[in-house]
Amino acid sequence: MSGEPLLEVTNLVKHFPVKSGVIVDRVVAHVKAVDGVSLTINEGETLGLVGESGCGKSTLSRTILQLTTPTSGSVRFLGEELVGRSRRSLRPVRRQMQMIFQDPYASLNPRKRIGQIIGEPMELHGLASGRDVNRGVQDLLDRVGLSPEHANRYPHEFSGGQRQRIGIARALALKPKLIIADEPVSALDVSVQAQIINLLKDLQEELGLSYLFVAHDLGVVRHVSDRVAVMYLGRIVESAPAAKLYDHPLHPYSNALLSAVPIPDPKLNISRERLVLDGDVPSPIDPPSGCHFHTRCPWATEVCTTDDPRLEELESAHVAACHHPRNLVEQN
Amino acid sequence: MMLSVRDLAVRFATDGGVVRAVDGVSFDLDKGEILAIVGESGSGKSVTAQTLLGLTRAPNATITGTVEFDGQDLTQLDDEQFREIRGKRIAMIFQDPMTSLNPVYRVGDQIVEMIRAHRKVSKKEARDSAVDLLRSVGIPNPERRVHNYPHEFSGGMRQRVMIAMALALDPDVLIADEPTTALDVTVQAQILRLLDDLNRERGLAVVLITHDLGVVAEIADRVAVMYAGQIVEDATLDKLFYDPQHPYTWGLLGSLARLDQPRPARLAQIAGMPPSLLNPPTGCRFAARCPHEFDKCAEPPPLVDGDRCWLDPEDKRRLRDLDGRIGLQKGVAS
Repeated sequence: MSGEPLLEVTNLVKHFPVKSGVIVDRVVAHVKAVDGVSLTINEGETLGLVGESGCGKSTLSRTILQLTTPTSGSVRFLGEELVGRSRRSLRPVRRQMQMIFQDPYASLNPRKRIGQIIGEPMELHGLASGRDVNRGVQDLLDRVGLSPEHANRYPHEFSGGQRQRIGIARALALKPKLIIADEPVSALDVSVQAQIINLLKDLQEELGLSYLFVAHDLGVVRHVSDRVAVMYLGRIVESAPAAKLYDHPLHPYSNALLSAVPIPDPKLNISRERLVLDGDVPSPIDPPSGCHFHTRCPWATEVCTTDDPRLEELESAHVAACHHPRNLVEQN
Repeated sequence: MMLSVRDLAVRFATDGGVVRAVDGVSFDLDKGEILAIVGESGSGKSVTAQTLLGLTRAPNATITGTVEFDGQDLTQLDDEQFREIRGKRIAMIFQDPMTSLNPVYRVGDQIVEMIRAHRKVSKKEARDSAVDLLRSVGIPNPERRVHNYPHEFSGGMRQRVMIAMALALDPDVLIADEPTTALDVTVQAQILRLLDDLNRERGLAVVLITHDLGVVAEIADRVAVMYAGQIVEDATLDKLFYDPQHPYTWGLLGSLARLDQPRPARLAQIAGMPPSLLNPPTGCRFAARCPHEFDKCAEPPPLVDGDRCWLDPEDKRRLRDLDGRIGLQKGVAS
């Protein structure tokens, strides 16, 4: 591993304007979808990103890829700054950062054959032409567990799990270094989920890929990730190596998330202590003052309503933004 | 016994042929019991649930078998007779609370309308019960919230509204079709707790349709596992999780990425895909994906003692054990 991380995101902000008015649109507020996020991903590493719907995890992944223009902040990939660059100059970078989408039904063009879906990016980026494209497609299909004859079929002829394999083959076609997977298995049945997760792990080992793995399923994220970051209302509230975060989450929100996951073991379910949060996630248009989580936090005090806690390294490699962290085991 | 389903089969005629969506399902639901029906997409669990309430009746559908409830066979009722059952005796909630509420009417009006369709009460009385119902399912400020439209509620709150409506006529049975699938985990925990309270306090019997074994472990008393239109295993909660009999159940349990166990290098998986229900296999329907298949599996296994598998019970204990965990087979090369 070289000294510099593969991807380095610093203070990334994406605010969407909320408009109102009959004749003249005035901006009346901003949805603070991503509100100052910093993260790094090293070569060959998987960073899991978890959070509930609306926490900004999908916007964050799109903003990293420059699919939406960030409001401010920096995204450095292989040492190059991506923010502010033209579409044209981003193209060679995009080849190295690919995305896998949640919905395998909506993310494949229904009117194109699988061979075209996977082959076209290779031609566009000049990685192959003529017969080499076909050979490349066949190799990729084989690698993701489909058979080479499938190249002549259309997406509707495949099941959800197979379509997700096609999406993975398309992402691999450009030999990327980083794959951003946005809820790649949440639309699939559990038995198929396991197949796809195993495939993603195999590919990582073979090709040295890095993943940003975005998901709401904490079990799946723990299984695939080296490090995990937890997002709440546009911010990362905790981040640590997977084993540490799941073993002793420091932030009350991470605590609550883990405690809310139903465990497929009836006796354990009865015996374990549960922390059930009240209420819903507040609106990202007008997030609560101080710590964004104080409205739902059972341990909130006066200081939490006024002072915004900063992300601090409370244990080695384990950062959290909280005035009253739980479960500290190391003295720092 | 609240509800007794025998040999229920639902077939749909389609352009591609006859789909045998549900093929010989039998189960009983006791008073105050929570029965979970688990299965993956296309296993027939939702069609089973909808058929209980006559919601799958269509010109292209053939329904056979019986659904006995309170001395009547529900499959024989006409629409008029069904009105006395739906909502009043058996209520249903759905996965997506947004599409199940009418977006252009206030939430309170929708509950009032439903109460007044079944009971002769004044508008005022109906509105008061609407407020009480919303309060009972944990909606804050119900007096104010009855005047809100569905879009003014969050997903979890909408599901609470749906549950309030389902409870309005004090039914004996609630059919909940993936009630928490669209919700975040912290909200899911709230809704499951609510269903559990209703079950204990009112003695409400629940048929819970879900694909999530975690949710099952949290709330169910008994579990029926469906595969390719049939029940392959029917057991008490503890038996299903600690002594499962059917290889498909092993596969489901094994393929979970579990938080309560050390992380395995690879997830156990079930190879392949479920069979087409246009032309299901004549023998065991799971045989093609089962590593333990043997000659006997060419014959269709019957459901005996809640288990639809030909393997010897002694062998099963050995076969399902993957290094101390239950599973179908180790993660093979993808």
